[in-house]
Amino acid sequence: MNDAAGSVLQEAPEQPLLFMLNGEQQRVWVSARNTLTEVLRERLGLTGTKHGCELGECGACTVLLDGNPVLSCLLLAVECEGRSVETVEGMMQGAKLHPLQSAFAELGGTQCGYCTSGVLLTAKALLERQPAATRGQIREALSGNLCRCTGYQQIFESVEEVIRHMQGKPAEPGSAS
Amino acid sequence: MSKRDKFRVVGKPRARIDGLSKTTGQTRFADDITLPRMLHCKLLRSHVPHAEILDLDVSRAEAMAGVHLILTGEDFPVTYGILPVSQDERALCKNKVRFVGDPVAAVIAVDEDTAERAARSIDVRYRPLTTVSDPVKALSQDAARLHDYGEEGNIHRRLAYSFGDVDESLADSAHVFEDVFFYQGNTHLALEQHAAVAAADPEGRVTLWSSTQCPHYVHRALSKALELPTTQIRVIACPNGGGFGGKTDVFNHEIVVTKAALRCGRPVKICLTREEVFYCHRGRHPVLMKIRTGVSADGKLTGMHLQTLLDGGAYGSYGVASTFYTGALQPVTYHLPRYRFDACRVFTNKPPCGPKRGHGTPQPRFGQEIQLDKIAEKLNKDPAELRLDIVEQPDTLTANYLKIGTIGLAECIKRVVARSKWQDKHRKLPFGRGVGIACGAYLSGAGHAIYWNKMPHSGVQLKLDRSGSVTVFCGSTDIGQGSNDVLAVIVAEVLGICPDNVRTVTGDTALTPVDLGSYSSRVTLMTGNAAIQAAERARDLLAKAVAEQLEVPGETLLFADGCVFDPADPDSGVSFEQAVVAAESRFGTLGTVGSYAPPRPEARFKGGGVGPSPAYSYSAAVVDVEVDPETGMIIVNRVYIAHDIGRALNPVSVEGQVVGGVYMGLGEALMEEQVFRRMPPKLSDALVHRCPSMLDYKSLSSLDMPEVIVELVENPDPNGPFGAKEVGQGPLLPIMPAVANAVYDAVGVRIDEVPITPEKILKGLDQKARGGEGRVGPADFPDIQWPEPYFVPPPWEGGDGQSTNDPEQKRAATMHKMDRTTAS
Amino acid sequence: MMRLPDFRYYAPQTLQEAANILADQGPTASLIAGGTDLLPKMKRRQQEPETLIALNNIRQLKEIGNGPGLRLGAGVTLSDIVADQRLEEDHRALWQAASQVATPQLRNTATLGGNLCVDTRCTYHDQSFEWRKAIDFCIKQDGETCWAAPTSDRCWAVSSTDSAPALIALGAEVRLVAASGERTVPLEALYRDDGALYLTRQPEEILAEVILPSNAKWRSTYWKLRRRGACDFPILSVAAALRSDAGGTVREARLVLGAISSSPVLCNDVAALLIGNRLSDDLIEEAARLAGASARPKENTDAPAYWRRRMAVPMVTWALKELRGDDMCDERRRLAGQAASMSHEPQSSQTTNEENPK
Repeated sequence: MNDAAGSVLQEAPEQPLLFMLNGEQQRVWVSARNTLTEVLRERLGLTGTKHGCELGECGACTVLLDGNPVLSCLLLAVECEGRSVETVEGMMQGAKLHPLQSAFAELGGTQCGYCTSGVLLTAKALLERQPAATRGQIREALSGNLCRCTGYQQIFESVEEVIRHMQGKPAEPGSAS
Repeated sequence: MSKRDKFRVVGKPRARIDGLSKTTGQTRFADDITLPRMLHCKLLRSHVPHAEILDLDVSRAEAMAGVHLILTGEDFPVTYGILPVSQDERALCKNKVRFVGDPVAAVIAVDEDTAERAARSIDVRYRPLTTVSDPVKALSQDAARLHDYGEEGNIHRRLAYSFGDVDESLADSAHVFEDVFFYQGNTHLALEQHAAVAAADPEGRVTLWSSTQCPHYVHRALSKALELPTTQIRVIACPNGGGFGGKTDVFNHEIVVTKAALRCGRPVKICLTREEVFYCHRGRHPVLMKIRTGVSADGKLTGMHLQTLLDGGAYGSYGVASTFYTGALQPVTYHLPRYRFDACRVFTNKPPCGPKRGHGTPQPRFGQEIQLDKIAEKLNKDPAELRLDIVEQPDTLTANYLKIGTIGLAECIKRVVARSKWQDKHRKLPFGRGVGIACGAYLSGAGHAIYWNKMPHSGVQLKLDRSGSVTVFCGSTDIGQGSNDVLAVIVAEVLGICPDNVRTVTGDTALTPVDLGSYSSRVTLMTGNAAIQAAERARDLLAKAVAEQLEVPGETLLFADGCVFDPADPDSGVSFEQAVVAAESRFGTLGTVGSYAPPRPEARFKGGGVGPSPAYSYSAAVVDVEVDPETGMIIVNRVYIAHDIGRALNPVSVEGQVVGGVYMGLGEALMEEQVFRRMPPKLSDALVHRCPSMLDYKSLSSLDMPEVIVELVENPDPNGPFGAKEVGQGPLLPIMPAVANAVYDAVGVRIDEVPITPEKILKGLDQKARGGEGRVGPADFPDIQWPEPYFVPPPWEGGDGQSTNDPEQKRAATMHKMDRTTAS
Repeated sequence: MMRLPDFRYYAPQTLQEAANILADQGPTASLIAGGTDLLPKMKRRQQEPETLIALNNIRQLKEIGNGPGLRLGAGVTLSDIVADQRLEEDHRALWQAASQVATPQLRNTATLGGNLCVDTRCTYHDQSFEWRKAIDFCIKQDGETCWAAPTSDRCWAVSSTDSAPALIALGAEVRLVAASGERTVPLEALYRDDGALYLTRQPEEILAEVILPSNAKWRSTYWKLRRRGACDFPILSVAAALRSDAGGTVREARLVLGAISSSPVLCNDVAALLIGNRLSDDLIEEAARLAGASARPKENTDAPAYWRRRMAVPMVTWALKELRGDDMCDERRRLAGQAASMSHEPQSSQTTNEENPK
């Protein structure tokens, strides 16, 4: 354990990091010890990515790395060189909401909103892989995103509503209540 | 009013007004705030459970580059506490630390890393004191006293109340049931870690942004602890990333950063780690309880004697209120002709307990609902029928003088019984499958503020202008439960506009009228009533102006769909915007206020202030489980829950609260526990939190959550806004006992404690296989020296809500006499 | 926010380069692949390597290749394994193990090599620096006492890898590469029954590859015990693999218990009992009892030792019954929601169809 009096290593020099962030080229100076959560929130001001433990235990910091949900608290930012990162801020296409964003608002998929960014990105990746995901597959896909408010049920219903919508089916009667 | 029979907004499922800001990541939580030149704070916390601080050397830390300020206990001479009766906390410990995690110093530095490194280089010398870990032992560990206040030794508070002569009732009863239960402590685990930012302005005023549920109480506490006039302080409650009661207290880190910002002249931020959040705690008290209940031959309750022992942890917090709440609400569900309760809270060297969803009531509810199951079995009655026969009646004054208005409990029971096909399942399913039923009741807001005053509990200001926009100002705090939406729904309903056209400004002590905070399920009812009053006053102004313009009587005007019109001649109406213009032209700048204070309680005895509420919500649940006798694993197949909401303002939010409550209840029933490791005393004095992490503190993942079938019972309560009652806490209450009862139905094992874990099931089954009773739970309740109870005859025994003996007065008189004797 | 300590960072492109850096930097360097085990430990200051050598840029570590059996690069992610149909069909124990590690997000970055080398776990050790200071540390690091067994002079931290028991049952070997040369050893030889020094990997060695024998006629299975349906490390696991002849007589067998001591436990006595016999109920019962006798867990995981010990017998029973061909879907479902990940059908009890309770 290094403490103040001990031999703290000299702070490593920062290096430039170039990656795609929400569809745009992003350059930022980072230190090797910076996690992607830190860089997004503290360097780039993208505070939509949350943190609930910083140890990979809650899923709040989930982002998409090359389209796959990963935990940004356990990802060294330097590992993102040349790769593509998507955060909740990148889910809207221009002024258009992603269907998951509206469904979660409509159907109670978000309460306090703290797990929401991570849940939305995880769900987005799921729908791209399994556009007709069943309740069981949704449960499985979201099993790394802890939510303390909703009991998950309205999250499932929100995702299912989007699936129905994508399949051109009418909304489930009473799905909002 | 007849015009409101058909609601246009109330009762319609819709996206809450802040829904999209959450799904786009735009909601700004406390830790999302960054200010120019902001410094960062880290706390050094005690690593010993109970010790005197002999020496605290900050010189190495102070010398580190980037360190701006170090604060210690010396900087905080004034103590504070959320309750006036327990002013026992300091922002930083001065002479003594009382649990692992108690903060002793704060470092403010250029960044979090530097602050953390500096904090670790502070040298503290401790002189260990005896560790108090077991609440039963704490009753007699007088020597190792944590605080020099309280009743005696480590007993923080003892209560005793007798509403009629219970012993007499029990002696006359056909049956007397006596059971002992234990409810393990657990914590809120809101996903957001507490964070706070403070910034001072050049005039010496300071603003604190914090993830708090109660900005008003934080405001008052900051004033006291920092010896600053309240006029110099502004507290802004950021949207909370979940609260569940965990952010209702005033926290040391809030006081520290406020002081630091004033001292440094720069903004100061702190965000706690998850482990530190476990140390803030203020969660569910572990409660050991004994319940003796008299039952008539036909299954009616004749009286109940409840005794509780609460493990309070190291500080008072809301503990005295929690202690009262372990007894206060028992009589509001089932009719209890006589009732006695004794409660005792002790201090131990653990993080302080306080209010968590259900505050003090889930523990005795767990015990009583299991005991009712046992009673039903003994009397060979169906547990649902038994409950239906004893539910309390509407418009009743209970034995302990709580005024009940509407009560939809019977309907709740009938609904879950029907929906779950209870009659086909209970005692009829094969071994390993079972169903259990339980009920609960909760407050829609506490009848009193935590400090005594005659002012409103909730205030609303409404601003309307010629743009047609409406802004609601209210001190309430959205913790994820949807309280901003409640304001918008109500104002929109009254003014006949769309909720999306209502802006809310909330939780800011400088801008918004006082609301006491998001606790005790008070917000919908209290802010709702205040909002109705303000909106009706605004509507009256608009109606008057429009009536003059249309030359019709104001009373006939209808406000609906963004228009103001005479229903007899709808085409002649004006738009809402035009109505505001007319009113602003007529009356000048428009603004109205509304406020709400609960009705005066009926109780006149000391302590009767805990329990009264303008309305009580009710819930009933049936839980359907599978229990694997080989593994002890409990699989909850489905939960059926009915909740008496009075009226659902936004059914999406209401259902979300119900399912969320079920979720948290299942966590408490099956796996959540805030437990501690006492190291072998021969080797170590350590007493540490066993699992201060999201991984080891188990909460249900999406794969563990069963389907929940929700039934809303809408029976409007005259005291609720449009009849609405609470939903944030009540639905949790029946879940834990319903699981326990379902487990019994499945495998015949009684688990009289939570969490109900696989190993307890296996132990119970083993015991049964060896011819034992197949019960896992506490063996006995300790002997506690109870004070003489306040004796209050119930209303039906000629009582008037006053105590016929006032032991407090008697005790004071004796003390006075003793003092005089000693002095002479 | 919990932050990482400082370190030097290298991201070599080839295995040889990585091995050279490792040799050069000595034991103060750590390898990092997914980082899902190492980074939390670094944030808690359980490990503070001065140098991290990232393996993610080394393409050859990411390959799944054919051979006599199958060769899996150590850098293959657990999600890659879950997505691989050959593994799902032919090396089911591994597929089932990988599917149940942690959470989907973590499986997307966590690698096979990382899971094989995952640090042993203990509730007295997987805590922050301050917490560990409060108990005066422990024998795994910085302290003298094993708080899980205070009279013992060794560390009892628990082997917490899901993939190792499965791969040992499947007879896998691992290739370890160092600057000075390489060696291939049976996977079980990678582990030592000591929570503090749980690997036989030398500090300069890189676990490069897992080599699976051709198991055409083998059937295998993996059963995991944990409190919840996701997130949790195993607190007991059973991996078993069998080759039976046409008549159902067991010809070869391997059974491994995981997460019960500091290394995976290969139960040769159980294998010997099974070989030459048909899997009758009686034989399975005897085998389970025998395997269960070797389960002597300590009180140092997130579930009580009593439960873990009790669960060995039923879990071995189910594993063997499943290999016999019995339908064990219901047992899997009851074991913390396993069916969702183990079968292709959604769980019937969790569908929205209310009138169809299981």
